[in-house]
Amino acid sequence: MKQLSKKKPFDLFLCVFTWLCAGTTFLVLVFIISHIITRGLPYLKPSIFALKYNSENVSLFPALISTFILVVLSLLIAVPIGVFSAIYLVEYAKRGSRLVKVVRVTAETLSGIPSIVYGLFGMLFFVIRLEWGMSILSGAFTLSIMILPLIMRTTEESLKAVPDSYREGAFGLGAGKLRTVFYIVLPSASPGILAGIILSVGRIVGETAALLYTAGSIARIPTTPMASARTLAIHMYALSSEGLYTGQAYATAVVLLAMVIGINLLSEYLANKIVK
Amino acid sequence: MHKFTLRNVELWYTDFKALKNVTMDIEANAITALIGPSGCGKSTLLKSLNRMNDLIEGCRITGEILLDGEDIYGDIDINLLRKRVGMVFQKPNPFPMSIYDNIAFGPRTHGIKARHKLDEIVEEALKDAAIWDEVKDRLKKSALSLSGGQQQRLCIARALSVSPDVLLMDEPTSALDPISTSKIEDLVSELKKTYTVVIVTHNMQQATRISDKTAFFLLGEMVEFGDSEQIFSMPKDKRCEDYITGRFG
Amino acid sequence: MTTSTNSGKHREQIMHIVFTLSALTAIVAVGLICVFLFAGGVPAMLEIGVLKFLLGKDWSPTDTPASFEIFPMIIASIYVTTGAILFGVPIGIFTAAFMAKICPKRLYAFLKPTISLLAGIPSVVYGFFGMVVLVPLVRTWFGGNGSSMLTASLLLGIMILPTVIGIAETSLRAVPEELYEGAVALGASHERAVFFIVIPAAKSGVMAAVVLGIGRAIGETMAVKMVAGNQALLRMPKEFLKGLRTLTANVVIEMGYAEGLHRDALVATGVVLFVFILLINLVFSLLNRRSAL
Repeated sequence: MKQLSKKKPFDLFLCVFTWLCAGTTFLVLVFIISHIITRGLPYLKPSIFALKYNSENVSLFPALISTFILVVLSLLIAVPIGVFSAIYLVEYAKRGSRLVKVVRVTAETLSGIPSIVYGLFGMLFFVIRLEWGMSILSGAFTLSIMILPLIMRTTEESLKAVPDSYREGAFGLGAGKLRTVFYIVLPSASPGILAGIILSVGRIVGETAALLYTAGSIARIPTTPMASARTLAIHMYALSSEGLYTGQAYATAVVLLAMVIGINLLSEYLANKIVK
Repeated sequence: MHKFTLRNVELWYTDFKALKNVTMDIEANAITALIGPSGCGKSTLLKSLNRMNDLIEGCRITGEILLDGEDIYGDIDINLLRKRVGMVFQKPNPFPMSIYDNIAFGPRTHGIKARHKLDEIVEEALKDAAIWDEVKDRLKKSALSLSGGQQQRLCIARALSVSPDVLLMDEPTSALDPISTSKIEDLVSELKKTYTVVIVTHNMQQATRISDKTAFFLLGEMVEFGDSEQIFSMPKDKRCEDYITGRFG
Repeated sequence: MTTSTNSGKHREQIMHIVFTLSALTAIVAVGLICVFLFAGGVPAMLEIGVLKFLLGKDWSPTDTPASFEIFPMIIASIYVTTGAILFGVPIGIFTAAFMAKICPKRLYAFLKPTISLLAGIPSVVYGFFGMVVLVPLVRTWFGGNGSSMLTASLLLGIMILPTVIGIAETSLRAVPEELYEGAVALGASHERAVFFIVIPAAKSGVMAAVVLGIGRAIGETMAVKMVAGNQALLRMPKEFLKGLRTLTANVVIEMGYAEGLHRDALVATGVVLFVFILLINLVFSLLNRRSAL
């Protein structure tokens, strides 16, 4: 910045303008976060974590548990499928294979579909056609399709980053393909895969539109996978659209933000681990 | 006694003919060096001896390669073949795990699970590769923390861990400094007592120093094959002579 | 050597099949989504009349006879998306240029996680923020009741920032350093080299960033619904302080209680949205292919 005065006026303008734009982006984030935290913290009282929800305590605890259950279920479905298909694409498929191209295009398509369309599909297919009703199960299946392309892509990239010399080394010792993949390639790729999984947790935690008409919005801890339940994001949507519980909505937003920040830090940490 | 018998071996990468009518016998308990300019087919030949070429798409091979009289391109278990014919690569490629697990991977692959047995194998392999004294106190440390030369000896130990008959070495010292190189050369000379060694090298001095037999390749053809002493002192073929004396690209 | 392990071979074969089947899941999923959406929506469209459904201006599902025409919503989606692009793209591209070429390294280490955090904030939180901050702000500064085209565009502009910045930054970094050096060697200043050589060289990547931003904006549901007012009326651009209802909002608002033809008309709304997205994806991958060359 020392040489600012030496710059030509037009260059100076460009330089200042980029700083301004980057500054705006940054300030917007800081403003959103600080606004929500300062308004929300006073409402983060023990009662908001009460075991049962009622209109008195407006507890977010059942939603927290439901979110957790939904995350686990969705990952259970999507992670094996996503990781296995990436293994197929990177380790098994022949180069230039037709199937690989089709899988890539469809995965790309999936990642571009907006969540409300997933919600519609989940409602039409899981809720109505398969008669699962509005349930955690319907929600989990809908979300697992939604996060599938993310897991596929991150796993594919991490697998590709594993040096071929590892594979050669294992094959050279007489290890079969399966053993090479599971004992050498996957462990080397695991930080990247994990980072992808954590990012998908973030997507699940923040999702609303895809869940509203699949998992529903009942504020109870679900006892079976066929029970309807609301996640934190849905809880927050419900509170803010009712208009009576703005304070509690702020508090829920704080919890959501804390989770998202934690998730980001974790995936950042793992991503740095790969670089080494 | 012949370990490998090659008869009219030809090999294609899709349309490119990488090996042309190679016929040779590789002697047991001796060091055979494969030399020649880049792209002459020496590494290709090496990799066809334990079928690592299978990993390359569009690779076809004709002719016969016999290991102890058995056709290795016939109906055999390829994983058992690679257990018998171990390989050390150009660049050290330790797995990203501990030194111990690197060595134990091979035996575990072939069904050895008992801890004490694995301990034994690891120690023996590391001793055979002349690296035991340097690493015995840090077997649990990551193999990636070793120096380049140590990593390559670790990889040799790893190849020995499955008690192969043959050791294939693809320019094992090209990525190493002179001191590490001489250590590995000493090691290889020691290994021929127990193993058959086939080594690809760019380094003429190295071939002279350690090999018993030498084969010179050019454009996929084996131009000359014989005792190293003869090849390096009075090669019969003009092209071979040009290459050895450095008059060749 | 003939003692080949048969169980091992079987396991290899079985897992090969498992991996292949997993890879097919993505294809099956896209197939199912298409089949169910189109089967749910297209008959309704035909019943209402395709042109009438797409180009009619009256959405009154509870009237008798009910009327299902989504032209106002299509236009509204286009309005707010355009608005989001107007706000988000310039800031996004300049920020990307800043991050790739101008930003000091230590600041970058700080800014990069910030941007990914911006991407990670749930849309319902954005929507809530829009409701409690932007809506009153627009109301006091510009008048109207605050829930408006302008508010939705502003909020969406913020929401697409990380998408635009991420892709634009990657493509700016992919521009060969030689181009920049060549410009500087001719005596161009750093800014001139970046803005007149590097950014134009990354053109197709930057375009891809914009297209993906459009995709994000047009598909966004909750945040828009929370700040846009949601009147299903056909607006003119000059009515930017009035409320409007996007395609996405239409689905999410009424799906809860819709039945019969009404529900199918909402699914058909989803189909229209889906087709928009497919087109945008197509453009995006074409641009990507070009930038890969």
